[in-house]
Amino acid sequence: MGRYVIRRLLQMIPVFIGSTFLIFFMVYALGDPVAALFGDKAPDPATVQRIRRDLYLDQPLWKQYLHYMGQIFQGNFGTAFNGQPVTELMASAFPITLRLTLVAIVIEMIVGIVLGVFSGLRRGRSVDTSVLVFTLVVVSIPTFVSGYLLQFLFGVQWNWVKPSVSSEAPLDELLLPGVALALVSLAYVTRLTRTSIAENARADYVRTAIAKGLPRHRVITRHLLRNSLIPVVTFIGTDIGALMGGAIVTERIFNIHGVGFQLYQGILRQNSPTVVGFVTILVLIFLVANLLVDLLYAVLDPRIRYA
Amino acid sequence: MPESYVPKEAITHGDGGTAALAIGEAESLERPPGAGPPSAPPTGKPRGLWSDAWHDLRRNPVFVISGLVIIFLAIIAIWPQLIATGNPYRADLAKAQAGAEPGHPFGFDTQGRDVYTRVVYGARASITVGTCATAGAALLGSLLGALAGFYGGWGDNLLSRTADIFFGIPVILGGLVFLSVITSSTVWPVVGFIVLLGWPQVARIARGSVVTAKQNDYVQAARALGAGNRRMLLRHIAPNAIAPVIVVATIALGTYIALEATLSYLGAGLKPPTVSWGIDISAASTYIRNAPHMLLWPAGALSITVLAFIMLGDAVRDALDPKLR
Amino acid sequence: MRGATCAKWAVGAVAIALAATACGGGGDGDSAGVVSASWGDPQNPLEPANTNEVQGGKVLEMLFRGLKRYNPKTAAAENVIADKIETKDSQNYTVTLKDGWTFSNGEKVTSKSFVDAWNYGALLDNKQKNASFFQYIDGFEKVHPEQGTPTAKAMSGLVVKDDKTFTVKLNQKFSSWPDTLGYSAFMPLPQAFFTDHAAWVEKPVGNGPYTVDTYEKGNVLKMRKWDKYPGDDGAKNGGIDLRVYTDNNTAYTDLQAGNLDLVDDVPASQLKNVKADLGDRYINQPAGIIQTITFPMYNPRWGTGKEKVRQGISMAINRDEITKEIFQKTRTPATDWTSPVLKTDGGYKEGLCGDACEFNPGKAKQLIKEGGGLPGGKMTIAYNADTGSHKDWIDAICNSINNSLGNDNACVGAPVGTFADFRNKITAKQMTGPFRAGWQMDYPLIQNFLQPLYYTGASSNDGKFSDAKFDKLVDEANAETDISKAVSTFQDAEKILATQMPAIPLWYQNGSGGYSDRISNVTLNPFSVPVYNEITVS
Repeated sequence: MGRYVIRRLLQMIPVFIGSTFLIFFMVYALGDPVAALFGDKAPDPATVQRIRRDLYLDQPLWKQYLHYMGQIFQGNFGTAFNGQPVTELMASAFPITLRLTLVAIVIEMIVGIVLGVFSGLRRGRSVDTSVLVFTLVVVSIPTFVSGYLLQFLFGVQWNWVKPSVSSEAPLDELLLPGVALALVSLAYVTRLTRTSIAENARADYVRTAIAKGLPRHRVITRHLLRNSLIPVVTFIGTDIGALMGGAIVTERIFNIHGVGFQLYQGILRQNSPTVVGFVTILVLIFLVANLLVDLLYAVLDPRIRYA
Repeated sequence: MPESYVPKEAITHGDGGTAALAIGEAESLERPPGAGPPSAPPTGKPRGLWSDAWHDLRRNPVFVISGLVIIFLAIIAIWPQLIATGNPYRADLAKAQAGAEPGHPFGFDTQGRDVYTRVVYGARASITVGTCATAGAALLGSLLGALAGFYGGWGDNLLSRTADIFFGIPVILGGLVFLSVITSSTVWPVVGFIVLLGWPQVARIARGSVVTAKQNDYVQAARALGAGNRRMLLRHIAPNAIAPVIVVATIALGTYIALEATLSYLGAGLKPPTVSWGIDISAASTYIRNAPHMLLWPAGALSITVLAFIMLGDAVRDALDPKLR
Repeated sequence: MRGATCAKWAVGAVAIALAATACGGGGDGDSAGVVSASWGDPQNPLEPANTNEVQGGKVLEMLFRGLKRYNPKTAAAENVIADKIETKDSQNYTVTLKDGWTFSNGEKVTSKSFVDAWNYGALLDNKQKNASFFQYIDGFEKVHPEQGTPTAKAMSGLVVKDDKTFTVKLNQKFSSWPDTLGYSAFMPLPQAFFTDHAAWVEKPVGNGPYTVDTYEKGNVLKMRKWDKYPGDDGAKNGGIDLRVYTDNNTAYTDLQAGNLDLVDDVPASQLKNVKADLGDRYINQPAGIIQTITFPMYNPRWGTGKEKVRQGISMAINRDEITKEIFQKTRTPATDWTSPVLKTDGGYKEGLCGDACEFNPGKAKQLIKEGGGLPGGKMTIAYNADTGSHKDWIDAICNSINNSLGNDNACVGAPVGTFADFRNKITAKQMTGPFRAGWQMDYPLIQNFLQPLYYTGASSNDGKFSDAKFDKLVDEANAETDISKAVSTFQDAEKILATQMPAIPLWYQNGSGGYSDRISNVTLNPFSVPVYNEITVS
């Protein structure tokens, strides 16, 4: 178990180096960021030269990368163009996005699993069909459409919630964006739970439990659900990474100043320290989430053990 | 497809795929006997897996209906002029965002173009993106995934961690890089980009199910009988590991079409003069209040397509899963 | 079961993460009389000589007062801190300051505050993006050489006479130079800026009607009224909270929901319903912004000898219909290369462009044919796709051209992913076809609409247009001491643009905005920036 975890952790080092280089290269491929700093005016060449030298942009790519990595190991993630250290941006952005992600995950877990259990237990009946249609419709609507729609209906038309999120981003304001973000994943959690429940409902241990005379709800929650959750947990584990960095559209629509916002700004301004720093942390979060999911299997399914 | 980096649903879908993935990820799990692999070979009937599935599918109304829808979509993608006589580029700005009128059942868009004609003509690019990107991602992903799962070792580690890196690339960054490097206005850069982002999912699924299938008794038996690696992989493992890949691919096809819409929304998708649902949906998304019809029709066409493919995938998966018989 | 222990750790870790994120929030404590307004994240630190875009400009307008200020209504340059700016030869100026001005930290505004600030802005080592605004001052090339390192720290043309007087020697005659001094790059700076620069950037200190209360970068900048502000244009509200929005649609939605007081950019998609939503709380007034389609004159396919094609394209564009249907009349079809905010006295002349800016499909087709047709039978119009607002009108222009030429695929929009990439392609002279250009005036002078954009080698001459006669007329106009003569000479130069058509004038952009019923007396200045200090809160 311990050795397994250590090995997985060690594998993060090459992933870390690989992803930083890949992202670094991609931002580099976008082109020179300096000209855009001058807006619609043509940049003054002398100033441009100075800025490029300061940002190490006049060096070849590999030297830039080595320089950047050197700084990272000293805990310096560089600065954004407005002079803010990237670590400061991270400190403000990650907690907000983490909260948003948690809201989304809680929503998709609760609603998704409940819907999934219902339709899984009544496979092929009308409940199942309507849940199926609902999930499929949700899957096929892009987030930017559902986001705008939710925002307009709840925020303006009915005026139930604030249409945007303030800079502190408290949990209650994140509910609506959380729903928008969770919608698609919700559909998948529902369908995963449904298939899994439908399959396990015929398993011998369930029949045994019912034959023993255990009450139905106890069989469902203790025996059936626990064994059906592995695929759901896998999905949510991979979803954490995707939700955190993938919330660019949702964060933009609801004006949340989280990871997606910073990434979007960084990409548009072609600021490699911001983009590389954020994506690297996201990749690491992704790896840790996957590791945690693997460890959780052992809890849900006692047959699984780690060597 | 909304906004994850990559179509996340593809990661875990379908009974076989998920459980297999669980094992695939935790490399050194011990699976005690009794925890039988999900994609066990069909038993009892003389027909093979494929003809068995086909036998089931032909009788499944879901499969028949969704199949017919897809055939219809394919036909209008190839010959849009069959059902739309107008010109998708003809713009009459005076009619901007006007509603339906005789001869223009779906109304007009912001540029005063006929929405009906554009929806019909948009099918080609959108469906091309969907099918080609899926085919590319499925082939590349299942090949790499199967090899990694079968041979294991450092190649397997390399593949898994490469996939992790790809999961981390933001769609918008990749899209912008692609858009700035490749200036072609055809669908192929977008297809290539989606394949690049999509293959790791398929690879994960394929790897996971190959790892599971490898442990099956009949594979051990084949090995004991002296079958070579290649023969084992092709004849014994692949047929039993391919079901989850097919399932994932059919679902991914729909989501790739929607992903193109998201890319267009971010300014990194298909470029005019290509007509696609994604371009029109993203152009319409901010006008929901004033001209909902601009959004409704292309989004509706997208939804029907996605629905058809997901239902098809559902039917195929059920047919391939012996336990649901 | 060892797995379970590990899972407990995992659960524990999640719980800690939850706890860590649950805090934050906290009371906002919206004080009375404070206006919340939409804002975009400024690209650069808020130093005056480093701020070259409108978002940072908004803050500087609240935080600083310079020698001159442009009247928010008439755009005329009026003395604020300057008592008088005198010259005999349009080259040597003597600036005298008024009494009683201080920075909000109590320090007096003296000649030194200006001279130090300008020298800082010009010095290459400080990498200020507006350095070129000081290029007319004598000695600029020593502090800001085109190659190598500066040989001086200060410009020799700037001399402090006493606390209230300094002289400026220009390196050329420039009669309207004093009128450029309302630009934010020319603002004075307190000594704190130089002594503790990092702290100043964290919380800028100026001499304007507002002070910075808190600045949470990328989120919100809270400006509060400075009670001891010595000027006569003090704040009529308690303060302004500038909130960063990435999407102007969200800002608009917030305004509708009563969550925001002021939006200074109504998204195009809401223009149809804005009157229904806001009634008379919608502002739509001219601003000093002109949009053009600029041709890459360095590209032989579009450059010399292609005048007729360029004019033909201009005549193929139905400006009236596009401004009406796409922009809902928040743009006015352009008939010259300046802006109506200059007024007729300042050089705006309706119809100067003549027939070449009138929609005439028949003539357009004929001219393009005479000029040898579109190069390769096709054209693209390049634009940056990242703001999302250009696509609709570029497409409309292309459709208009296509309709005029009777060819569905003659013109097509060519999106470039990011603004940075777009600018790089322009600077590197890589444009193979016309591209969109927008010019927002720095100061309300006809000179600012012509010289930087079309003078040979000028800083924003993106199309690399060059015409000896045009250059000569501009030089003459700059040396002219009589204002009306200078203006008419500039207009003579402008007429050359009409025959050459290096850039097609499309339309004058209005400033648009909307506000809540909490506030009143909201107007936009000619730079389309809200006049924050005049806003009253009910």
